Order: sequence, then C-alpha cells, then structure tokens
Amino acid sequence: MATVPSPDATPSQAAPARALSAGVYDDAIVKLFFTATVTWALVGMLLGVFIALELAWWPANAGIAQLTFGRLRPLHTNAVIFAFCGNICFTGIYYSMQRLLKTRMWNDTLSRLHFWGWQLIIVSAALTLPFGLTQSHEYAELIWPIDWAITIVWVIFAINFFGTIAVRKVDHLYVAIWFYMSFVITIAVLHIVNNLQIPATLTRSYPVFGGLTDALVQWWYGHNAVAFFLTTPFLGLMYYFLPRAVEKPVYSYRLSIIHFWSLVFLYIWAGPHHLLYSAVPEWAQTLGMVFSIMLIAPSWGGMINGLLTLRGAWDRVRTDPILKFMVVAVSFYGMATFEGPLLSIRAVNALGHYTNWIIGHVHSGALGWNGMLSFAILYWLYPRLFGRPLAKPEWVTTHFWIATTGIVLYTVSMWAGGLTEGLFWRAIDATTGQLRYPVWAYVVEKLAPFYWMRLAGGTLFFGGVVLMALNFIISARAARATTPATGDVLPARA
Amino acid sequence: MAEAQKDSWHRRVIEAKGGTMAIFTAIAISVGGLVEITPMFSAKLGPEHLAGVTPLTPLEAAGRDIYIREGCFTCHSQMIRPTRAEMLRYGEWTRAGEYEYDHPFLLGSRRIGPDLQRVGGKYPDAWHYQHMKDPRSTSPGSVMPTYPWLYTAKVDPLEVAATVRTLRKVGVPYDDQTIADIPQQIQAEGTAIVASLKTGGFTAAPDDEIVALIAYLQRLGKDGTAAIKAGATKAPAP
Repeated sequence: MATVPSPDATPSQAAPARALSAGVYDDAIVKLFFTATVTWALVGMLLGVFIALELAWWPANAGIAQLTFGRLRPLHTNAVIFAFCGNICFTGIYYSMQRLLKTRMWNDTLSRLHFWGWQLIIVSAALTLPFGLTQSHEYAELIWPIDWAITIVWVIFAINFFGTIAVRKVDHLYVAIWFYMSFVITIAVLHIVNNLQIPATLTRSYPVFGGLTDALVQWWYGHNAVAFFLTTPFLGLMYYFLPRAVEKPVYSYRLSIIHFWSLVFLYIWAGPHHLLYSAVPEWAQTLGMVFSIMLIAPSWGGMINGLLTLRGAWDRVRTDPILKFMVVAVSFYGMATFEGPLLSIRAVNALGHYTNWIIGHVHSGALGWNGMLSFAILYWLYPRLFGRPLAKPEWVTTHFWIATTGIVLYTVSMWAGGLTEGLFWRAIDATTGQLRYPVWAYVVEKLAPFYWMRLAGGTLFFGGVVLMALNFIISARAARATTPATGDVLPARA
Repeated sequence: MAEAQKDSWHRRVIEAKGGTMAIFTAIAISVGGLVEITPMFSAKLGPEHLAGVTPLTPLEAAGRDIYIREGCFTCHSQMIRPTRAEMLRYGEWTRAGEYEYDHPFLLGSRRIGPDLQRVGGKYPDAWHYQHMKDPRSTSPGSVMPTYPWLYTAKVDPLEVAATVRTLRKVGVPYDDQTIADIPQQIQAEGTAIVASLKTGGFTAAPDDEIVALIAYLQRLGKDGTAAIKAGATKAPAP
C-alpha cells in the first residue's frame, strides 16, 4: 500500500492509524492549535463585525482612538488571516502530516516553540496595531520587531516540517504535503523580501524600497499571501480531509500534479493586477492581468479534483453536515477563483477597483472557502482528536445554514454596494460633460443600506462560530461529567 | 487511482523526494517575482523620475507618520487613474515619479473616502482643521470618525529626526542642514499654518499633531501637479 498516494481514507486503513495515534503521534500539539483556531476565529470575526458597524454607524468607536476603523481594520485582517487561518492550517498540517508520513513530528520542542511563538506574535499584533504602530503594507502591517519574531518562528516551523519529512516512514509524499511545502517555502520568501525595513525607533521603520517599486513588491507579497497562506495550505487540507470525510480516494492523481505545479508557478505573477491603471510599467500590469486569467485553469483543477472526489457519495451531502461545509467551501473556492481573474481584466478592474466589490470578493474567499473548510475540519477532528462525541451534533447543521445565509448576505450586499459606488463615481452627465455625482458624500450615503446588510451577514457568520465554540465547550463539559478524560481514544465512527 | 498505482518515473524522481520537491517548488515560485520586480531597479524599465519632485519637509514627514499611524490609507487612496471620470474628479492622473520618495508607498486599495493624491491646496488649512475635528461639518453624510486627539498630542522633534534620518538611509536625499535644523523647521512651518488657521478662526500650536497632518495633506500632489503643468510628462497608458 505504500506506493498508493492516498490518505488513509478507507476504514481498513484508518484502523491501524488509530491504534498508532495513542503513542506514536503528537496529538497534544494538534489540540493546542485546534483550541487556538476556535479562539482566534471568535476574536477575528468579532473585530470584523465591529468595523462593519463602524462603516454603517460612524460613532461606533465612541471617540476612542484605538477603536477607529483605520487602526482596527488591519487587526481584523491579521487576526483572520494569520491567527484564524494560520492556526487551522497548523492544526491540519500537524494532524495530517504525522499520519501521512506515519511518523511523529520530528521534534516536540520545536512544535511547542512554533505554537507558543505564533500565539505570542498574534497577541503582540493586538497590542500594537490599535495603538497605530504599523508599517502600512497590507497584511504586512506588523512592526519590525514582530517581523523578526515571525521569521524566527517560521524557521522553527520549517525545520520541524522538513525534519519530519526526512524521518518519514513511507516513501511517497502525498499531494497534501506538496501544498504544505509550497506554503512553508513561499511564505518565508515573501515575508522576508516585503519586510526589508530600516528601523527608525523600536516601533517604527521605513522600507528600503520606495514608491512604485515598494508598491510592486508589496502586491507581489499581498497577492501571494492570499495564494500561499489562504490557498495552497488550504488545498493541502482539502486533499487530506475531504477524502477522509468522504472515505474515498482523491479523484485524479495526475490532475493534482498538473494543477499543483501550474498553480504555484502562475500565482506569483498575478500581483500587479492590484496596480492596474497605476503608473507601474504597463508591461508589468499586463503580465499581472494575463497570468491572473491563466490562473483559472489550475484553480478549477483543484476545485474539480475536490468535487469529483465526492463521486458516488453525493447522497451523503444531504445528511452529513461536514460534507455540506466541504462542498460549499470548494464551490466558493471555484467562484472566488473565477471572480478574481474577472476582476483582473482591465476593463472590469476599472469599475471594481477601490469599491466594495473587492471586499465582497475577498470575503467570498475568506468566509466561503477558508471559513467553511476550516469549520468542516474542526467538526471532523473534534471527536477523533478529543475522544468524545459532539454534545449537539444537530447544531452543526444549524451552523452550516447560518453561515451560508451570512455569506450570501455579505457577498450580495458588497457586490451591489461595489457596483453602486463604481457606477456613481464614473457617471458623466451627457449634456454638460461633467461628473453627474460630484459630491463624494452623496455616494457614501447611498451605501448605508448595503453596509447594514453586510453587518447582518457578518453577524450571522460570527454567530455560527459562536455556536460552534459553544458546541465544543458543552461537549467537553458533558464528557467530563460522565467519564474522566482518557486521552486519544477515538469513539466509534458516527 | 489506477494511474497512480503504476510507479511512474516522475513519482520516483520528483514526488517521492522531499528535497527535489522543495527545490523545484522554490524555483517555480521565484520566476514570476524575478521577472516582474527586478526590472523596477533598472533606470530604463523602472519608474520614471519626475523633475521637480522633492522630499517632504520634516513637518510634512511628521504629518505623513500620523497619516500612517491613523490608517488613513485604509479609506483614502493616493492614485488617480487615467480615466475621464477620475481626472474630472481629482485632476491629473498620477505619474510614477511623484512617488519617488514615498517610503512606504501609500497608494491605498479602497476608497471609502475620496482620493487624496491632489488634495494639496484644494481646501484652506482651516477646512482640514474643521474636517478632522468633525468630518460631517465639512462633508455632510461622511462616515469618517472624529480625531479629537490630534488637537492635543504634540509632534516630538526627536521622533521626526529619527524618521528623517532613516528616510535618508533608504535613499531620500535629505541634506545635513535639514537634519540639523529639524526643531526650528517644525516651528517655522508650523507657525505659518497656525497663522493661516487663525484667519479661519481657529487657535493651534505649531507643534500640534493636527498642524503636521495639515502640512502633509497640503503638500500632497503639489510637486507632481507643477511638474506636469511644466510639461515633464508622457501620454497616459492606454
């Protein structure tokens, strides 16, 4: 069986893995990352709800500097991307890697340094960004001492990651591992290059690149933070957890090879589509646009491979809420990776850039793809990891519908709001040749209903996460009340 | 799965080898960045210099630091696109050389408020003073928060000196005299703005943060607009 590149998806394969897990695998570290994921999901999304309120109702910051939109928006994005999404990636990687490579993580101390270092970085983000300590580069706002900490923690993670690969007990590297690997390598490169800064004081620094060079480097980073933090590790998670949940092997090995290499090669070129119509050299803008359009192929390759893994199991989507989450996640991945290339076309970008449409686009990716896949993984892992059933299994379905309704409200309001803005801004009076809506705030006022609708959608999505966290807490209490915790023994499969 | 069970050559040579996978991945992810970014450092292919664009004064640089601290760029862009509607609303589209001394760049990615690339000189100092205190008094319907703390906090000349010195290290051409005279320059420039605010009926001190922010905002786009008017420009990208 060693040459079959598939996760231990069938019950007969899963059984020995289960027996191994008690002693061989380090599941304590997975539990730590699991708990951190749920905690930061609550924090990051609550921040999102709050800043959404600030746009609908400006006095929400109560006159407090630390709570203004300009200071909290980066905290929201950092908390969701690096705290919530980062921790679910680490949860899934530490769980699946040990099982795919049939070995414990190479070094337990490095695992713990990685965990506590990463959480410390998140806490320091929360203690700096609201106080206006920022580098201003999007998704790279954290000040230079924290950047150094990230570098150190990432190197620790990388050593442990490649160390585990080196001591693996199986010959093959399953496709999920390739995607994890591209995550480890590329984030290191992006982070270091985009944070080349000269410190001015302990909390302030200035980038060595200036002007449009700085802009191009930043969007090379920014777009590929999306690619290699929110896409490739999550595809790796999909390649492990989707076949496990469906109990069927991945549809096509050959498709996974082709789409992996084309995805990692093409993605890195797409950055300049964030700078269309700027004074960045036109050839760079065109490259960004063309490679973005080409990205549809490998992105959809991944989506198709995920969805076709469900062949013969579609009936279970009706009854299994975990599969519901996964199907919606992969579908949103497909939609977001169609919308992205669409927005990269100059003529479309001319309308969509600077508007709420972009906010809707990133949230169809972040809520739909990253969020829904994360929830599926958390629910799937919970009984297997903690050795106790969910106290309220019916709440999982409730969470699914609340979250899905929330995403729909969010994306629809932002699409409509974005198109409204874009069209109002560019409207020219045919008779006078002047702007039809020259007063900026007139358009701002038109957006209020969309902001309230977005707030409702975001609140629903956040409410789903609260329900999930409560479910985990109640399950832990129920288990403690009946039997003392026995560790890593799994219950019978539901 | 049948295709995978055959022990194919690429599986043996690439996908089963951790080191090879890592090296190939590193190569695959490097090409795009190298092709797109390295030409930016070439005088011929990179952003064009615009004659007449000079570095910010120390007070303006202090204002820029406040602009960054408050996250103004999360809602305001500094990049006018070469479209008819944008040029009617904001003025000339932004040239590459206008950003030459911007460390970091502040193009922004979202316009909750309007673009600020050419806001310099568009309104009197008093308008900005009033706007940051109560945005709805100058722009009814605005969703911008109020910034009362800018009216009590002071600009620290030592912090400004650290900024200017570091900017010089990354290539902004500040001379020794500018760096030596930072406190005096802040005082002199700030006093001029305070005087103009007084005519609008407001009192402020030259080292108030709001004064530094006004100095920065009033400078935005001025060099570029003058250079473009003087003819130092090319046709817009199609």
